[in-house]
Amino acid sequence: MTAKLSGRDLTLFRGERCLFKRLNFALNPGEMLLLEGANGSGKTSLLKAILGMLELETGEVSWNGEPVRNRRQRFHAALAWMAHRVGFKADLTLLENLEFERALRPQRGDDIVSVLERLGIERLRQLPMRSLSAGQQRRAALARMLIADVPLWLMDEPFTNLDRAGRALVFKLVREHLGRGGMCVVAAHQDVDIDATIHRIELR
Amino acid sequence: MKDADADLGEDEDRIFLSNMPGLMAGLAASTRRDLVLAWKRPGDVLNPLFFFVMVLILFPLALGPSAEQLQAIGPGVVWVAALLAMLISLNSLFSADYEDGSLEQWLVSPQPLPVLALGKSVAHWMTSGLPLVLLSPLLAATYGLPAKVIVVLLVTLSLGTIILSLLGSIGAALTVGLHRGTALLSLLVLPLAMPVLLLGSNSVSLAAGNETHTAGVWALAAYATAAISLAPYATAAALRISNE
Repeated sequence: MTAKLSGRDLTLFRGERCLFKRLNFALNPGEMLLLEGANGSGKTSLLKAILGMLELETGEVSWNGEPVRNRRQRFHAALAWMAHRVGFKADLTLLENLEFERALRPQRGDDIVSVLERLGIERLRQLPMRSLSAGQQRRAALARMLIADVPLWLMDEPFTNLDRAGRALVFKLVREHLGRGGMCVVAAHQDVDIDATIHRIELR
Repeated sequence: MKDADADLGEDEDRIFLSNMPGLMAGLAASTRRDLVLAWKRPGDVLNPLFFFVMVLILFPLALGPSAEQLQAIGPGVVWVAALLAMLISLNSLFSADYEDGSLEQWLVSPQPLPVLALGKSVAHWMTSGLPLVLLSPLLAATYGLPAKVIVVLLVTLSLGTIILSLLGSIGAALTVGLHRGTALLSLLVLPLAMPVLLLGSNSVSLAAGNETHTAGVWALAAYATAAISLAPYATAAALRISNE
């Protein structure tokens, strides 16, 4: 049986520097892939390579057993990306930003306000993004993942700027997502406290 | 086994298509988002417009009030001012999206990038091209251009600004990751914009001299059609390269 998401033989250079060489991974529903390593070790680059934003030197990422480079749209319809930069417009309100997201990828159809309530930011929904704190903006980025109807979450340092309750919330959401048969690829410094099959890639 | 796989594929296709937000939804959303942003930050829209008006007001002051001379230079001045005002407005087209990470979200969205880029160009034209077009009759009248020439000016400027919005989006996409890409952007866009300037200002001049001017207008229309259908793809490709 082929894995849902797999990478085979991945090699990536940035300039002269080799970030990783002949890397392999396989991920199935309910499982998590944890990317570990020091700052600048290439965690974000690996995520971007999986997403197709960076050109790989060798190897191939496959979704449902098919190389994603041939079916980029299909692959992108199945994922949500939580980047280092939140990707919201500072001048639009939280609600306007999330409404725009609805046109970008398949949606679960949940009420946005109830999702914001779960994340504890529903009273900020009419405020422009720029007036939210860094941690509140990260929570807004989580809302983007929650309203999307996608099996694959890719998260770059999801714990940055979050308080203790926020980190616990990320764990809870990831756990639920995995429980639904979702998949997560997470780049993180700290260890994760999640009871699921966790594959690890150590970058150096 | 093979048949079962094929069935599964078809089934997946159906689910995929039923779940996806439509192309028109993507186009409308990206247009609407930029219009709302322009509404909340009117300075970005007003600056190029202000520049356009100032240039057109200052020329007669500097050259003196000879009606003959103003009529002769009018078409050219209006067109050059419009071209430069469009260039000014292009700088910020993608840079904010690049800085705040929303461009990255577009790149990993199943919504085709050319569709989103086209939506952005539509919004850009509505907030920078259209105001120029609407203001131009008033300013052209101060140059003593007759009404039927102003009609030609309106038509050519409409087509010309559409072309410039689309060509400019390619240039803005190519220079998005660069600091101080402004000069480079002008260098990239100006050669492609030269035919627009020549066709546009000459058509208006010909109309002012009571000669046939339709050939230039049709050529502009053809250029605009080509730009609308091809430029979004070039912009999308440029955005993918710039974001590496």
